Amino acid sequence: MRAASPLLQVRGACKRFGAVVALDGVSLDVGRGEVLALLGDNGAGKSTLIKAISGAHRLDAGTVLLDGLDITAADAMTIRSHGIETVYQDLALFDNLAPAANFFAGRELAGPGWLPRGLRLLRHREMSDRTRALLDRLQITLPDFDAPVARMSGGQRQAVAVARAVAFSSKLVILDEPTAALGLRESARVLELVRRLKADGVGVVLISHSMDHVMTVADRALVLRRGRTVGEAAPNAGNQEQLVAWIVGAVGGQSD
Amino acid sequence: MIREDHTALVPLAGAGKSLETRAGAARHYAGRRALTLALGVLRLGPVVILGLLIALSSVLSDVFLSFENVGNVLKQSAVVCVLALGQLLVVLTRGIDLSVGSNLSLSAVVGASVWRDHESAPLAIAAALATGGLVGAVNGLLYVKGRLPHPFIPTLAMLAAASGLALLLSDSRTIQGAPPIVNTIGAGRLSWIPGGDAIGWFPIAALVVAAVAVLVLLVTRRLVWGRWIYCVGGNPEAAARNGIPVPSVLVSVYVLSGLLAGVAALLTMGKGNAGSPTSGALAELDAIAAVIIGGASFLGGRGTVVNALTGALIIAVMRNGLNLLGIDPNWQYMATGAVIVLAVELDVLRAQLESRFRSLQAVTPS
Repeated sequence: MRAASPLLQVRGACKRFGAVVALDGVSLDVGRGEVLALLGDNGAGKSTLIKAISGAHRLDAGTVLLDGLDITAADAMTIRSHGIETVYQDLALFDNLAPAANFFAGRELAGPGWLPRGLRLLRHREMSDRTRALLDRLQITLPDFDAPVARMSGGQRQAVAVARAVAFSSKLVILDEPTAALGLRESARVLELVRRLKADGVGVVLISHSMDHVMTVADRALVLRRGRTVGEAAPNAGNQEQLVAWIVGAVGGQSD
Repeated sequence: MIREDHTALVPLAGAGKSLETRAGAARHYAGRRALTLALGVLRLGPVVILGLLIALSSVLSDVFLSFENVGNVLKQSAVVCVLALGQLLVVLTRGIDLSVGSNLSLSAVVGASVWRDHESAPLAIAAALATGGLVGAVNGLLYVKGRLPHPFIPTLAMLAAASGLALLLSDSRTIQGAPPIVNTIGAGRLSWIPGGDAIGWFPIAALVVAAVAVLVLLVTRRLVWGRWIYCVGGNPEAAARNGIPVPSVLVSVYVLSGLLAGVAALLTMGKGNAGSPTSGALAELDAIAAVIIGGASFLGGRGTVVNALTGALIIAVMRNGLNLLGIDPNWQYMATGAVIVLAVELDVLRAQLESRFRSLQAVTPS
């Protein structure tokens, strides 16, 4: 493992679904503590790309390296265990369960170890303590810690989902439109959360349609169009127009 | 701190206007207190209905609260209680098990014929339980491995098939006789519990229910597997994404439901000292009704052991009360139907109040 290598390297990612080419040779790097924004119109290939990184799709060609380790062919669970967590748009929360149960779903703290996994006794106390500690660290407050997440607001649910993603010392967090369903102040909270992940040295891949949010938190923005990389820049007020032009395919003032 | 963020969501909250004036705010708090109270009562749910039924029955009938009658209610409800606990696990995973009644009949017939042919109590008991578990396993495997679109289908098929097999194996006749230990469990009473006459009033079957309830409680509350059942019911896709073995969890609940149908078969055999091929007919309806009255959601992931038992007791108390009052037994079925609707309507009301409460909270800076 070379310390200088980026946290995540994607090289020449290709993926087709039948006749549709979803990804056509996309490459990207994400460093530790770096926030990379993925921009692009609907159907540009952003979702396919993050699903390929997180193991939900398998690439037809190309490689994905995490800390120099080739994870191209690994399945979703293996990739998670290597420290890539994804927060999908639908959040994938268990609405019927409280935050602590959500955090530890599928990796419950339980014992004794000689029993088969399913028959171990849950360590409720330890799971709630650790959940509480993490929520505190991320400065997330919930009105009722033991209530099912179905009873929480959109922002609280988003916060729980993001916190769950970073709960297990992950190296890279992929956020798929984390602010799409949120109001102004709740969005600000989530962006604040992204900054805290960054400060913790976690790499972040952020998909967002909000140019404001991208400019607020992202270090770099990569623009996809029809499965190809069409541009890359540090998002700021100066090149906002350029980014938008890339997204809509109007490079050099001419639409295609 | 996050609560302040709710203000961003005010458009959701119909009550937002009441913050416009101080008087409005005062009204708002009063409304909130009333809501909290109403919600508190509604969240007790089926326990309230059971309490009201018991109160009503004891006012209308002198014998209702006598030791003998309470013992009768407990004994009569035992089979439905056991079946309901199995059904609860299935319903928690968004499923349904329509076959438990037929499974009970089949397991009873198998148990009774093994007893008749071999006169071995352990063998007969093991045969009844194994039959129940096996039928459940077939249900689960047909659903998961056979990729049938909904558990309604394999268990409906099993309802027909198991009942046919029970009639076939028994030549459509009741097989007389059951192991003494089974008779004791199904019909025996504990004489050392005070009250009642010399033979006692407390049915041993109620102890079986208690033991099964503790076991299911352990599964649902303490075991990783139980947590997985709730996860699978709450969000099957996310459960799979989180590495939970969804197919095994699904099969397991049908096996357990079947196994408990086997336990219910033993109770039924003991009650009548026989194995009858029709002894479980329609029992699945009572089991499903109990779970629904107990507030479990057919959408999965919501339901508790205590409430499922309460649901079963509601059905039993209602029937018992109507019997004591000398009302035509046919009314009992209609009453069961009414209670199902009432219980679920109350639950719908609870959900509505909860969402109103949430929006009230959202605009209240306290």
